Amino acid sequence: MEMNENTILKFDNLDISFRTNAGVVHAIRGVNIELRRGETVAIVGESGSGKSVTVKAAVGLLDGNATVNSGKILYRYKNDDGSEKIVDLLAMSKRELRTTINGSRIAMVFQDPMTSLDPTMTIGKQIMEGILLHKRGDKDFAYRRALELLELVGITDAEKRMKNYPHQLSGGMRQRVVIAIALACDPDILICDEPTTALDVTIQARILELIKDVQDRLGLSVIYITHDLGVVAKVADYVNVMYAGKIIEVGKVNEVFYEPKHPYTWGLLAAMPDLETDDDRLASIPGSPPNLLHEPQGDAFAARNAFALKIDEKVEPPLFKVSDTHYAATWLLHPDAPKVEMPKELQARIERARKEAERYQ
Amino acid sequence: MAETAYVPTKEDFELLTGRDITTDKNFASQSYWKGVAIHFLRNRRAMVGVFIVTAIILLAIFGPILSPYGYRDIVSYTDEAGKQVVAKGISPQIGHAGEGAFDQYTFLFGTDDLGRDQWTRTWHGARVSLVIAFVTIIIDMIIGMSYGLISGYFGGAVDAVMQRIVEVANSVPRLVIVSVLAIFMPKGMGLVIVALLLTEWIGMSKIARAEMLRIKEQEYVLASRTLGAHSMHIIFKQILPNTIGPIITQVMFSIPTAIFTEAFLSFVGVGIMLPQCSIGSLIENGFNNITTLPYQILPPIIVLALQMLGFNFIGDGFREALAPKLEDM
Amino acid sequence: MKKYILKRVAMSLATLLLIMFVLFVLVRIMPGNPFPSERMNAEQIANKRAELGLDDPVLVQFGRYMAGLAHGDFGKGTSLYYGAPITTVLGTCINNSFRIGGLAILIGTAVGLALGITAALNKGTFVDAFCTVFSILGVCVPGYVFLIFLQYFFSYKIPFFPYFFDTSRFLFSSILPALSLSLFTMSTVARFTRNEMVEVMDSDYVHLAESKGMYGNMLVTRHILRNALIPIVTVLAPLIVDLLTGALVVEKIYGINGIGKLMVDSIAGEGVDYNYVLALGILYSALYIGIMLVVDVLYGVLDPRIRVASSGEGDA
Repeated sequence: MEMNENTILKFDNLDISFRTNAGVVHAIRGVNIELRRGETVAIVGESGSGKSVTVKAAVGLLDGNATVNSGKILYRYKNDDGSEKIVDLLAMSKRELRTTINGSRIAMVFQDPMTSLDPTMTIGKQIMEGILLHKRGDKDFAYRRALELLELVGITDAEKRMKNYPHQLSGGMRQRVVIAIALACDPDILICDEPTTALDVTIQARILELIKDVQDRLGLSVIYITHDLGVVAKVADYVNVMYAGKIIEVGKVNEVFYEPKHPYTWGLLAAMPDLETDDDRLASIPGSPPNLLHEPQGDAFAARNAFALKIDEKVEPPLFKVSDTHYAATWLLHPDAPKVEMPKELQARIERARKEAERYQ
Repeated sequence: MAETAYVPTKEDFELLTGRDITTDKNFASQSYWKGVAIHFLRNRRAMVGVFIVTAIILLAIFGPILSPYGYRDIVSYTDEAGKQVVAKGISPQIGHAGEGAFDQYTFLFGTDDLGRDQWTRTWHGARVSLVIAFVTIIIDMIIGMSYGLISGYFGGAVDAVMQRIVEVANSVPRLVIVSVLAIFMPKGMGLVIVALLLTEWIGMSKIARAEMLRIKEQEYVLASRTLGAHSMHIIFKQILPNTIGPIITQVMFSIPTAIFTEAFLSFVGVGIMLPQCSIGSLIENGFNNITTLPYQILPPIIVLALQMLGFNFIGDGFREALAPKLEDM
Repeated sequence: MKKYILKRVAMSLATLLLIMFVLFVLVRIMPGNPFPSERMNAEQIANKRAELGLDDPVLVQFGRYMAGLAHGDFGKGTSLYYGAPITTVLGTCINNSFRIGGLAILIGTAVGLALGITAALNKGTFVDAFCTVFSILGVCVPGYVFLIFLQYFFSYKIPFFPYFFDTSRFLFSSILPALSLSLFTMSTVARFTRNEMVEVMDSDYVHLAESKGMYGNMLVTRHILRNALIPIVTVLAPLIVDLLTGALVVEKIYGINGIGKLMVDSIAGEGVDYNYVLALGILYSALYIGIMLVVDVLYGVLDPRIRVASSGEGDA
């Protein structure tokens, strides 16, 4: 199986659909994402763009009505004896996945800490559970490790907290506990599904810092799922912009932020609030994502795109190469396309942001 | 993949113009109630429920009319010897040529131990049960909703006292209410109705109150409050329309309860009295004759079960349509 | 937690006392005399009334009644089993009813749980469909109808079970009534368990447990069952009460000398026996309130969100 040496996780042409009462929803339509060791990749998109489904496929948490039509999710890991192995996560049975991958190698942090902890179990037990499950040690070891983890994620009075039930903790604390659970068995990859969306703004920043901190300390590779470009700017090395089940722009964070090529990315950036722009001048993207029950002909974004070309209604654009690391799926990059510049407003904002960033370097 | 073969021409790379991209075509045309209606109509089970209930209501209205016999009539004729022959205990049959005394008569559900046409009696009984159920549940809905809305709207001490009353009322088993009622009033339809009136409003009031508490703090209600709208105006003009969905669902579940209760009370002997008949009294009569005329109990039981099934399906359908889960979208 | 239980017990007792008082007043303000007075003249009636203390203020009468209750004395029936102390009659009936009712609850809950859990774990398969059909059937057809059929086929056509209840063969002759009584409980518990399990299986915390590496039986027993079963306790209370109601008809059909049949006899005959109505009203209300109390407390014990008060301290 082919994979770049540094790549640890690779979504290869992933294609997933869901059976619903109304019909088949083609939610993921050929997604390619690469995660390299120690790096952070963000997947950005509106709700319903398929970003959660993509990562859920990697950890075997797809709903029962999902079908994987094609594609692979390749994962490279070191065996206990030090030999390297590459597996296709989609080809593994649930049982195999749970015993060898989940928790021990790929761990996940969920969106809403208010619902992601078992309300009937003390948090100590919930942390120890994974450690005991993957046989990292006996009960005493697990207890000590859980204490360590709680301290690592910044929970004071850890010994007392071990005996607490989730409802006794605040949202921010619970998310710290969820992170502690994820880190319990030293995973290689941490998948964070909108880890700060449900939290207060003041707490959001601290949770992001915490994740970044543990990432640096433990050398984790991280996948972030978010609709918040602010979060992306803070944490990511690479950005994948997702729309209607496809990656429509991918690049290093600077490339996507400073030289966005896809009109959808322009829209997302223009909709991001900053200090200089008045709220009423914040542009939002008109309309809503297409219903994938009826797959659109041509470019899925065309109906909402002010810069749509005639061909957008006929043929879906391929990924055009912008640089070695930067690609975008828009016909505007075709040599025959008219020269369309991003909106002036956005250009000005990007210029401001770039200067600001330079000042802090 | 035919698209890959497509070779774009120069004209293809012109900007599209003259389109309206500001209107949201995915959601624009769907109002909340339209969405609910579509969801409900698409629900196969709910549609089966609607079909069953409609069929039973139609038969309850027209069934007795279609039959030449009244529900109290004993079918008989006088033979040449001047003796009366009664159509007692005839199993279901369609009129046909034959030697038997009643071979030419059609009794789709047969006749009972006294010689009355079961078809007529069954649909007449269904009519009585349905009327009781609808009348009581509608009155209960009005009582329960007013009580719950007022309690939830005013909150504080009013709510505390009103909820205490509900709690006590809810702690009295229905049986006890029926038995105490039996002291005060004659057994019969009146007793069944009063018993239902006294018990079924509680569930409705709880729903109305919960909805009220939920909606009360939402912006649009706060807004009209700050604009000085009168309490009653807010309750009836703004909150009532929002509680209608869950209440209708509750009604759909209460009707079978009422039918059940009627059948049960009539079976026990404190409900519908002779010469009237209802589903419950028909089942009881069938039970009394089960060893001799076993078919006699079947029609009322089947009608009862179908009524329950139909209303429950409709209720489930409403509930799902009002709060659709992602999976059934 | 202790405070919570004490509060609930006190509230329940207060409610019961209130209901008893209201029942007492309602039964006592009845026109006519709570004893056969057709063959008495005015003087005899007046004497009898005085003897029974019927002309005392209601509160005094209630006090006297309560004092009697404290000694387990419900008085005597006015028309039913005339002369026999109600307590004695009640004793026999309670014994019969409780044993059959208990059996029905046991069967209903056990089978219902098993069916619901199996259906949820095999969601979308034949087992699940069977569970759905079964629970629909159980909710749409009253238990006593099943009893009529069971009795017709297995006691009359094939005389295997006794046609009527027979105290000398208690357990054997309890099978049919207990089974029919349990059907409603069974189907409701099955449906509720299945839906609750399916919901829990799709919850974030179960997904988190799966992402930890939990699977199979361990996932079910440690995370799914506990969370799914706590709410089931709450449906059990109304189900037991429904069962009490259902017992009324079942006891009538199967000729069981139980409190349900006693209730029917006290109101359905020619006259109404006030004292039995009062005694049974108190008994049923006490049972009902008692069951709700037990369920509430049990729920509190099982659910840490109620058992352990939220400390609410700390912020990220």
